[in-house]
Amino acid sequence: MVTKIVIVGGGSAGTITANLLARNLYKNITSGKVIINLITDSPDHIYQPGYLYVVFDKARPEEITRKQKDLLDPHINLFIDPAVNIDRDNRVVVTKSGREFDYDYLVVATGSRIVPEDVPGLQEGSYWFYDMQSAIRLREALMNFNGGKIMISMGIPHKCPVAPLELTFMLYDFFKQKDMLNKVQLHYTYPINSVHVLEPVSNWAVREFERKGIKYDTFFNMEEIDPVKNVISSMEGDKFGYDMLITIPPHKGAQVIEDSGMGKNGWVPTDKKRLFNANYENVYVIGDTTDIPISKAGSTAHFQADVVAERLTSIISEGNTSIEYDGKVVCFLESGFDEATYIWFNYNTPPNPSPPSRMLHWMKLGYNRLYWLTARGIL
Amino acid sequence: MDDFSIDKVVDTRGSLCPGPIMALIEAVKLADINTVIEFFFEDEQSVKDASLWINKVGNQLLVNETVDGYFRIVVKKVK
Ligand SMILES: Cc1cc2nc3c(=O)[nH]c(=O)nc-3n(C[C@H](O)[C@H](O)[C@H](O)COP(=O)(O)OP(=O)(O)OC[C@H]3O[C@@H](n4cnc5c(N)ncnc54)[C@H](O)[C@@H]3O)c2cc1C
Repeated sequence: MVTKIVIVGGGSAGTITANLLARNLYKNITSGKVIINLITDSPDHIYQPGYLYVVFDKARPEEITRKQKDLLDPHINLFIDPAVNIDRDNRVVVTKSGREFDYDYLVVATGSRIVPEDVPGLQEGSYWFYDMQSAIRLREALMNFNGGKIMISMGIPHKCPVAPLELTFMLYDFFKQKDMLNKVQLHYTYPINSVHVLEPVSNWAVREFERKGIKYDTFFNMEEIDPVKNVISSMEGDKFGYDMLITIPPHKGAQVIEDSGMGKNGWVPTDKKRLFNANYENVYVIGDTTDIPISKAGSTAHFQADVVAERLTSIISEGNTSIEYDGKVVCFLESGFDEATYIWFNYNTPPNPSPPSRMLHWMKLGYNRLYWLTARGIL
Repeated sequence: MDDFSIDKVVDTRGSLCPGPIMALIEAVKLADINTVIEFFFEDEQSVKDASLWINKVGNQLLVNETVDGYFRIVVKKVK
C-alpha cells in the first residue's frame, strides 16, 4: 500500500514540511511506499520579511526570491497548479487544470492574502508593502517624498504583528539619514488601545515613539479612505488628514478554503496543539491559514511545520504520536536601521522583549540569508 | 434566561497574540448588523478594554458578567 501525502501551498509552512518529510521518510519514498505531492500556485518562493528591506532599498527583489523547485528535496513532486477545491470527505484535491490528487494525509498551508478591496478607498489612497509590486511602489514614493505627514494604519487581522512597528522605526531612520526629520511627521495608529498586541512590546514602543517624536493614536480601525481629500476615517469616529498613507490592509485566508467550505474568510478551524482540522484528523493545517489565536508569522509556520512533519513521520512509521505544538513564536523586531530587539513566547509564557542591540539587528540580517536553509528543512 | 439568541461565540481565553481585543474587534467588524456575539475573556483588563471600545463605536453591550472565574460579555452589533 502506498501512503499519499498532499501538501497544498508552497510558502514557508508547506515547503518546510515537505522537505522535513522527504528527509524523515526517505527510505519509504525511495521504496515506493510514500509519495509526497506539493501543490502550489507560483514557480517562485519569496521570503516575505524581505519586502520591508526592499522598501528601504536594503534588498533587491531577486535577493529575496528563489525558484520553488530549487528549494525542494528532489523526492518531492512539485505541481504548479493552484488548488481550486479540497474535498475532505472524499480525500481529494482538485487543481485549476482539472487534475485530481487523492491523499491519505493532507497538509493545508495556503497562507493568507491582503484584501485592500474590503476598505473603501484603500486601493486608490494607500501604499503598502505586503507584496513585491507594492513594496517597490512604496520605495519609489518614499524616494520622492518631499515632506509632510505620513500616516501608518492597519487592518485586522494581519500577518506579522511586528511589521507595523518595524516599518515605523525604519521610516524614522530613513528620514533621519536624509536630514528630513524636521519636515516629516510620522503618525502611527493601531486597532486596539495600545500600540501593539503584546503589552511588553507596546510599553517599549511607546517609550521609543515619545523619544523620537512619533505621534500615535490607539483604537483606530480604518473604515474609509478619501483618496481625493487625503483623509482616513475610523470606525471609532476619528478622521486624520495625511500627505502619504501607508497601511497594512486586512487579510483573509486563501479563496480555495472558503470555496471548499473549510472556514469562513479562509481561516481553518484547527486544534491548537495537534494541528489538525476539526473532525478530520488526517487533515493538518499550519501557518497563517489556521484559526489559532496566535501571531501569523513565519516563525509560527516554521515551528508548526516541524510538529506536523514529526507527527506524520511517527504516524506513518509507528502508527502513533504524542508530539504537540506548544504555541512557540520567535520574532526579531527591527527598531530602526541599526538595532533590533527579540521576543519569544508560547501558549503559557508571555513575551519579554530584550533591549534593542546591534547584535540582534545583525542576527535578523543573518537570518534573512539563513531562511533559505530553513525552507530546505536544514535549519 | 437571556431574551436574545447568540449568533456567534468567540472564546479568547489563552490568546496571547493577536490578543483578546483584536479578536473582539475582528469578530464585530466582520459581523452583519444585528448579530449577537458572545465573548469569553480570561482577564478583567480585557473586559474593560472591550467595554471601552464597544461604547466608543456605539455598539450594545448586552451582558457583562463573571462566570466560574472568567468573564463573559455579549455584544450586539448595531453600527
Ligand atoms: C512585509 C512582511 C514582513 C514579515 N516579517 C516577518 C518577520 O519578521 N518574522 C516572521 O516570523 N514573519 C514575518 N512575516 C510573515 C511571514 O512571511 C508569514 O507569516 C509566513 O510566510 C506564513 O507562512 P505560510 O506558509 O502560512 O504562508 P505563505 O508563506 O504566504 O505561503 C502560502 C503559499 O500558499 C500558496 N497558495 C495560496 N493559495 C493556493 C492555492 N489555491 N493552491 C496552491 N497554493 C496556494 C501561496 O502562493 C503561497 O506560496 C512577514 C510578512 C510580510 C508580508
